[in-house]
Amino acid sequence: MAEPLLRVEKLVRRFGGITATDNVSLDVASGELHAIIGPNGAGKTTLIAQLTGHLEPHSGSVSLGGRDITYLPAYRRCALGLARSFQITSLLLDFTAADNVALAAQAHAGTSFRFFANARKEKALRDAARAALDRVGLLHRADVVVSRLSHGERRELELAVALASKPKLLLLDEPMAGLGVTESQRMVKLLQELRKDVSIVLVEHDMPAVFALADRISVLVYGRVIASGDPAAIRQNEEVKRAYLGDQHVVTHHG
Amino acid sequence: MKGFGVSKAVTALMLAGLVLLPLYSQLSGNIFILTLFTRIVILALAAASLNLIMGYGSMMSFGHAAYLGIGGYAVGILAQEGVGSGFIQFPVALAASAAYALVIGALSLRTRGVYFIMITLAFAQMAYYVASGLARYGGDDGLTVYKRSDFSGLINLSNRTQFYYLCLACLLGVIFLIWRIANSRFGLVVQGLRSNEQRMQAIGFPAKRYQLACFVISGTMCGLAGALLANNTDFVSPAVMYWTRSGDLMVMVILGGMGTLFGPVMGAVVYLLLEEFLSQITEYWALFMGPLLLLIVLFGRGGIMGLLGRVGRG
Repeated sequence: MAEPLLRVEKLVRRFGGITATDNVSLDVASGELHAIIGPNGAGKTTLIAQLTGHLEPHSGSVSLGGRDITYLPAYRRCALGLARSFQITSLLLDFTAADNVALAAQAHAGTSFRFFANARKEKALRDAARAALDRVGLLHRADVVVSRLSHGERRELELAVALASKPKLLLLDEPMAGLGVTESQRMVKLLQELRKDVSIVLVEHDMPAVFALADRISVLVYGRVIASGDPAAIRQNEEVKRAYLGDQHVVTHHG
Repeated sequence: MKGFGVSKAVTALMLAGLVLLPLYSQLSGNIFILTLFTRIVILALAAASLNLIMGYGSMMSFGHAAYLGIGGYAVGILAQEGVGSGFIQFPVALAASAAYALVIGALSLRTRGVYFIMITLAFAQMAYYVASGLARYGGDDGLTVYKRSDFSGLINLSNRTQFYYLCLACLLGVIFLIWRIANSRFGLVVQGLRSNEQRMQAIGFPAKRYQLACFVISGTMCGLAGALLANNTDFVSPAVMYWTRSGDLMVMVILGGMGTLFGPVMGAVVYLLLEEFLSQITEYWALFMGPLLLLIVLFGRGGIMGLLGRVGRG
């Protein structure tokens, strides 16, 4: 088998006496949509933070395309093709939607130590921004300031920003969080489109969405991966059922 | 859109006034007003440079007056050592300011928020005490500049009108540069960092090196103001670096409108004219100045520029 796009090996991160990431290993193959699920407090956010570079692990390693990125800062990982969306929407609120996306494109198109020419008139950046906005269905809102966009639109914009950096791997931290039913359905459709072009790690609570989208699912409980496999296998897994005891139907009934 | 018009109109009026001022001074025989406005224009330049980091970059430097001193001392010390050419004095003033900004910025930008304010303040106070200790160059008493910078016939700084126009040209040139920078790739990154640093890092921008570059550009611009100020007063002393002067510059920026192109100029004109006017009426002018500033800051979010914008919108 070829080298996986993302390889996480024996990752450990502790907070005081709590081991939030406990010997986590997982591979994401190129072209795969790999979902990470788990009950609240399972350590999903901690794991994501170590993948994006916001948190350093105590041991273990993360590599992207065969290159060790365990201790690289966030901006370097982004340059290597790792883009992310935030669980809580994080955008430049006083910039327009197009500006937000164009800046992401700018970060990957030559130096930004240019002091004189008007960046908003750089056609390549503007075109890249429009293309990314178009893909998420936000082109008609391109010139609207982010603070005036709806929550659903901001979630879509997060995706457009991530796409504009032409990533190899997208890390999506709960893209459905706070979305209504119709908005969620739109988001699932959108992700179905995107996964054709880019590998995705999806952290999500919305089980119907996860089972509809994922090639493989890893289940995280108390910082450990208790199961990893395709949706059908996860649905049958006894340990997973136990972990979700009480809302067992969540895993058994959907999909 | 109408609101935009009002602040634009007032800005245009102010600029026209600044350009025509020497004419008025000549016709009315009022020389004092030209001297006063030369000082206003120079400090407006300093405020505009501070606005670049404060308004666009959200770096609250409380030590910006240090550059006034560094630029000034570069001119004063070179003059005393027999180097009178402005073609040497001014580049040295700018280079010294840039070097100081690079070191101070690299250290200060490790901190954020209140700590950034305190550390920039501390460095400026250090510069103040270093200048006070320069016994060879007047120490506490300051250093008289016996001869203004010599630009070998190109422009005569001892001529009031010519000097005023030089200062005004420098101010407008710096504002033009800030305008270009604000809309450039670099400027968008700096403003993006002001808005959401975490997001900018995730997009792929290393925050600190952009902020440091911005800090250095701003300091260099303020060094120019310092070199002009020493020529204006024929004198430079540690007092120009004192923390209250840094505070004055911050007040001008906030008063005029942070992050607006002409706000700091407006702020400098209003602040210094008020100071001049009130101090003629009463010795206790600061007693009236304080509440006045409070009112503007409390009720005019976005400073005078913000106020004008709202007046226009009705």
